[in-house]
Amino acid sequence: MNILLLTIPVALALGLIFLVLFMWALKTGQFEDLDGAAHRVLLNDDVEDEDNETKPDFLKE
Amino acid sequence: MNAHARDWSAFVTPSEEDGVCRLDLAVEGITCAACMVQIEKGLGAQPGVKRARLNLTSHRLALEWRDTETDAGTVIDVLESLGYRAHPFDPGRVDEVEKAESQKLLRALAVAAFSSMNIMLLSVSVWAGNASDITPETRDLFHWISALLALPAAAYSGQTFYRSAYHAVRTGRLNMDVPITIGVTLALALSIVETINHADHAYYESAMMLLFFLLIGRWLDHNMRRRTRSFAENLAALRAEAATQILADGSLREVPVSAVAAGDRVLVRPGERVSVDGRVEEGTSEIDQSLVTGETAMAAITAGDEVFAGTLNGPGQLVVRVVAAGSGTLLDDVNRLLDNALEAKSRYMHLADRAASLYAPLVHGAAAAAFLGWWLAGIGWQPALVIAISVLIITCPCALGLAIPAVQVVASGTLFRHGLLLNNGDGIERLAGADTVVFDKTGTLTSPDQALTNAAECAPGTLASAARLALSSRHPIAAVIAAHAGKVEPFAGAEEVPGQGVRVLIDGTELRLGSPAFCGAETEAAALAARHPLASLVAWRAGDRPPTVFAVEQTVRPDAAAVVEALKARGFAIEILSGDRPSAVGEVAGRLGIETWKAGQRPADKIAHIDGLRRAGRRVLMIGDGLNDAPSLAAADVSISPVTAVHVSQAAADFVFLGERLAPVVAAIDLSRRAHRVMRENLWIAAGYNAVAVPLAIAGYVTPLIAAGAMSGSSIIVTLNAWRTRLGRVGLPGRIDEAD
Repeated sequence: MNILLLTIPVALALGLIFLVLFMWALKTGQFEDLDGAAHRVLLNDDVEDEDNETKPDFLKE
Repeated sequence: MNAHARDWSAFVTPSEEDGVCRLDLAVEGITCAACMVQIEKGLGAQPGVKRARLNLTSHRLALEWRDTETDAGTVIDVLESLGYRAHPFDPGRVDEVEKAESQKLLRALAVAAFSSMNIMLLSVSVWAGNASDITPETRDLFHWISALLALPAAAYSGQTFYRSAYHAVRTGRLNMDVPITIGVTLALALSIVETINHADHAYYESAMMLLFFLLIGRWLDHNMRRRTRSFAENLAALRAEAATQILADGSLREVPVSAVAAGDRVLVRPGERVSVDGRVEEGTSEIDQSLVTGETAMAAITAGDEVFAGTLNGPGQLVVRVVAAGSGTLLDDVNRLLDNALEAKSRYMHLADRAASLYAPLVHGAAAAAFLGWWLAGIGWQPALVIAISVLIITCPCALGLAIPAVQVVASGTLFRHGLLLNNGDGIERLAGADTVVFDKTGTLTSPDQALTNAAECAPGTLASAARLALSSRHPIAAVIAAHAGKVEPFAGAEEVPGQGVRVLIDGTELRLGSPAFCGAETEAAALAARHPLASLVAWRAGDRPPTVFAVEQTVRPDAAAVVEALKARGFAIEILSGDRPSAVGEVAGRLGIETWKAGQRPADKIAHIDGLRRAGRRVLMIGDGLNDAPSLAAADVSISPVTAVHVSQAAADFVFLGERLAPVVAAIDLSRRAHRVMRENLWIAAGYNAVAVPLAIAGYVTPLIAAGAMSGSSIIVTLNAWRTRLGRVGLPGRIDEAD
């Protein structure tokens, strides 16, 4: 049963890490715009606009 | 005259950083991610713009730019050239408080989730161990770890409930948070005592799960209200309430209404909506007061007369001295009545609180009876107390606490899709009980804007040319005609004759648009006036050809008759209370088949009539939009106003509907009735669960395992049942247009 003294703190620490991560995400506004974030990953901000051809239809200008 | 720029300075937040300004804008016309790309790229390419980030969820744009290189007006013009109308928020109106509250709830939810999941892990081990070979030392260790997790987490995440319970008890009321607080506190206290006594069972997970489930409900509820409010704020910002201020040196400056103070002088141009309350200092004009008094006929106005925000100026230019809100006679009246009515309404008792006031004494009585019964049966006071507390824990009002918020969240989402914003969560309950509908006429049964009603009788070419000439006039009635112009340039050289009309000379033919006398069309006008007794008449003459007369009047909303019929079919008594003339009200009432109507009603008359109805035992739904309706909207049991209503009325109403049609009213009624039914079902489910659980607890059979199972089971059933509110159609058959 001594192994419990190791596993329980480890389990709690893991949980705490995720709790802290969530608090950080909340504080830095990661949940402010859920719709926009879903589309932003599709944008090629750093590439010039020559590649209009390869964009998905809804992003063509 | 046009040499003035809009002044955005009241909205801009200058930053401490060197010359960087911030501005939040509500943007209109965003439909998809492509708009986001276009706006952000378009603005990002502007010199001086540091950051442009659009929130696709709330349709708000956060802007930062360097003061020295560009200004707000330029950026907004660029946005306009991209095809998006944008208007800034009043920084005072952006509610940081709401956002902070939402974040606080989310943090509490996260803590409760973390702690309850970990405690559950430990508890399941204890339950399994109790059935097999756990040693008492290991069990105590697990219980102590659970206590370590539960106590701080409960103290942190339960604050909302404790605070509200404290306020309720201090004011001598009972709400749902009182039994929740008692339940959580007792469960934790008992668990610690049990842990100290090396007992088999502890109830840490019951307490934490209760908080976790309830916080989910609270957060959903809060989020729903925040979303509708931010939508309503966008609408308010897009309405762009601005005033043209006259500065001391005589120059003009366009400023947001909130920046105008009492004593300032404001210029109101012909055809403009008055944006302040005040007294006319110079100029004469006619004014359309329909949004304020319900009266549709134009009223003559001259120096010394009062004007109110929301009225529409006619042909003349006015200089208005702003008076402090509330010092005008009508506004005074409205504000006083509004205060009284709102106070009366706050005495309404929510369904949830009614349930709590029944539930709490019953449960606490049962627990006391269990204690006394077992004690008298001779098992000693300590075990008897454990049983009594387990009664309180098992009845922890988990299902009861979720029963109503869950339905409200689902219902408000569905309402939103039908074009309705919910201002007050309990509006649903009150609307479900309504049996009498009182309509205002102007702007509610009729469309908010006037329309041309005899277009079909005119030759098409005539209307097109008249409309083109109307573009040169600022008279509000000319504006109705001008709406038929399509995309044409106004005639060059058109001249407006104040109080009469406009004329222009084209290829030697004089074109005239204006009063029948101005165009020599008295006979035609008299004939038309017989058929359209309430219309304002505008005549058109091209050279010597026979003149044409147009009738411009308030039109009934396209689906008003269908809505009235649907309401009658649902058993409602329908009445009209209007501030307009008897002839105008009678005409609309007759057309819609409404027998009971009153005209010429002042705000106090409307309230008196509604109070009379309520004393006779009726539950009144008031639907209105004008400033004069605001007190009666608050005085009625429940109220709805269109989105075109004045600000005071919208704030007083429980629901606000969007769009040109009246159909959302029927949808709101149907949906509220259904939601109310589901709420009652949920309360019965919770009661049924207690009817099974309480005898078990009194008999002393409740283990933590049973408590946990029963609690999650009942919460899930209640939440699933709430989703049924979405099912099935509401409103007028085949006419649901979903406002996406």
